Amino acid sequence: MARVELENISKLFGATTAVNEVNLQTIEGEFLVLLGPSGCGKTTLLRMIAGIETPSSGDIVIDGEKVTHLPPRTRNIAMVFQSYALYPHMTVFKNIAFPLRTRGVDRTAIREKVEQAAGMFGIGSLLERKPRELSGGERQRVALARAIVREPSVFLLDEPLSNLDAILRASAREELRLFQRRLGVTTVYVTHDQVEAMGLGDRIVVMNKGRVHQVGTPPEIYQWPADTFVATFVGSPPMNLIEQGDVLAGFRPETFLPAGPATENEGFVTYPFQVTWLEYLGAERLVYGDIGEKCCARHVVSRLPGNISIPIEPGKTYPFAVAKKAIRHFDRASGRLIDTGKT
Amino acid sequence: MMTSAGKVFRTGRLYALLSIFAVFSAFPFYWMIIATFKRDHDLFSPTNNPFLFNEPPTLDHLRLLLFDTHFLTYLLNTFLVGMAVVAITLIIAVPAAYSLARWARGWGEMLGIGIFLTYLVPPAILFIPLSRFAAAFGLQESLWSLILIYPTFTIPFCTWLLMGFFKTIPRDIEEQAMIDGLSRLGAMVKVVLPLAISGILTIVVFAFTLSMHEFIYALTFISVSAKKTVSIGVPTELVRGDVFQWGPLMAGALIASTPVAVVYTFFLDRFIAGFTMGAVK
Repeated sequence: MARVELENISKLFGATTAVNEVNLQTIEGEFLVLLGPSGCGKTTLLRMIAGIETPSSGDIVIDGEKVTHLPPRTRNIAMVFQSYALYPHMTVFKNIAFPLRTRGVDRTAIREKVEQAAGMFGIGSLLERKPRELSGGERQRVALARAIVREPSVFLLDEPLSNLDAILRASAREELRLFQRRLGVTTVYVTHDQVEAMGLGDRIVVMNKGRVHQVGTPPEIYQWPADTFVATFVGSPPMNLIEQGDVLAGFRPETFLPAGPATENEGFVTYPFQVTWLEYLGAERLVYGDIGEKCCARHVVSRLPGNISIPIEPGKTYPFAVAKKAIRHFDRASGRLIDTGKT
Repeated sequence: MMTSAGKVFRTGRLYALLSIFAVFSAFPFYWMIIATFKRDHDLFSPTNNPFLFNEPPTLDHLRLLLFDTHFLTYLLNTFLVGMAVVAITLIIAVPAAYSLARWARGWGEMLGIGIFLTYLVPPAILFIPLSRFAAAFGLQESLWSLILIYPTFTIPFCTWLLMGFFKTIPRDIEEQAMIDGLSRLGAMVKVVLPLAISGILTIVVFAFTLSMHEFIYALTFISVSAKKTVSIGVPTELVRGDVFQWGPLMAGALIASTPVAVVYTFFLDRFIAGFTMGAVK
């Protein structure tokens, strides 16, 4: 177990800044997710922790030791690539044994550890196969087994689930989380999928254009987005933002519901909602439309759970209400959250 | 009915094409074999059928080639030069191709093209200045002149060829090897080279055959019979003035070219086989 500290890390590729002055500390044993759109610098950040890229400036400290310019092999980190990067010319056994062999572990210990790691992921029967004979899910397990076999102090994962089909992905997510809990290894996980991030992370780091926008637990990120980028990147559909002078008011689609007797009080704001489009998704309905005056009408979405069955038709206007305590205010110029709510 | 007829037609067409190609490739060998074993009288008589033995075959030409010329020495020289050139080429082209394929972004490609362009400068232009070099280093009449000069064209060609092979090996795999405890050099030797083995075998074959069939340099630098390679020994020793000793000439060509043809036929498939399949999804 280890702490990873990033101090003012920047990475430039020619004229483009991939990572811009990032400061980040992991907590021992936590599952930290780096979340952001593609090209936001999250993978570059992970590769710098691994030692495959060297930061242009700043320092990386693992377990109190400055490793900024040390090669990957000295860092005792394990990494699983998006492609799994299995050695195609080696059997599964040799793949898993590889990190042990380079460290000069003796044969009997290698066999024991490989079998233990393979057993953990249920691939004990595949040890003599070559990677090309395996399915996507099996390859992923081999990559994970290879990563844990040498008991790393930090575990780095670069979108390891993105090559799996949707059904497999959900069960792989659960497995991944359970096994990380069991090992208690500090894990840094990169993804662009917010569902993965919310479901897996102890904490989430939201990044865009090389900068960290927010670090927080999934509820913090969802309920108190630090700025409009986080507000609109996390959540599907994203947070509604409407213009109110110098301020943008934001609220989640599921908090914007048809007005009724319960909402006729101080705690709620009611808007006339001109519905333009409706999507029926089974468990819920998504209602698209505009609110506010003509001058600055804003497009918003409402997410109605299945148990609200009132009829709604496109082209008509309905009164919809949102609780005041569900509304977040952002500065229009900077996009930053004004009321933090955490006092 | 239609489909089976169509199938027969398509298969037939395929086999017809392949047959034409097989005859085209095999005919020179047939010609060499028949000329090697024909008696001179049979060979030179215009009334005889040139495709068949009209008189009983003979081993005279082979005997002349093997025992009355330095042919066996030529073979040995060719082999020595070829192996030395292959070794030099591997030592230089493998690291060069690897670093051009991996490290220099953008520039690597341009440098690679630049290196390849040097391959296109014909020996006909270079052999005069190079002969001055060979003289300056005291290498005339020495196989060393060939061993040192042949890499000037094998290295650019093989570097270019290998760059392509290295590029097909996913970067992830060597980065993974570095994370798994190897240095960059270690990752190259233990992971990248085994995956590039088909490419390396290919350049071994290419470097060997390029140096084997080279003519101009060998002709310029070597005139002592015992130092000659096959590519110049056979035509210079077996063509006397305007007298072509076709029998021994063809025998020499046959012996020198058969191993190469066999190597190409049986190994080329393997060179091309997709070694990195299944490495990355």
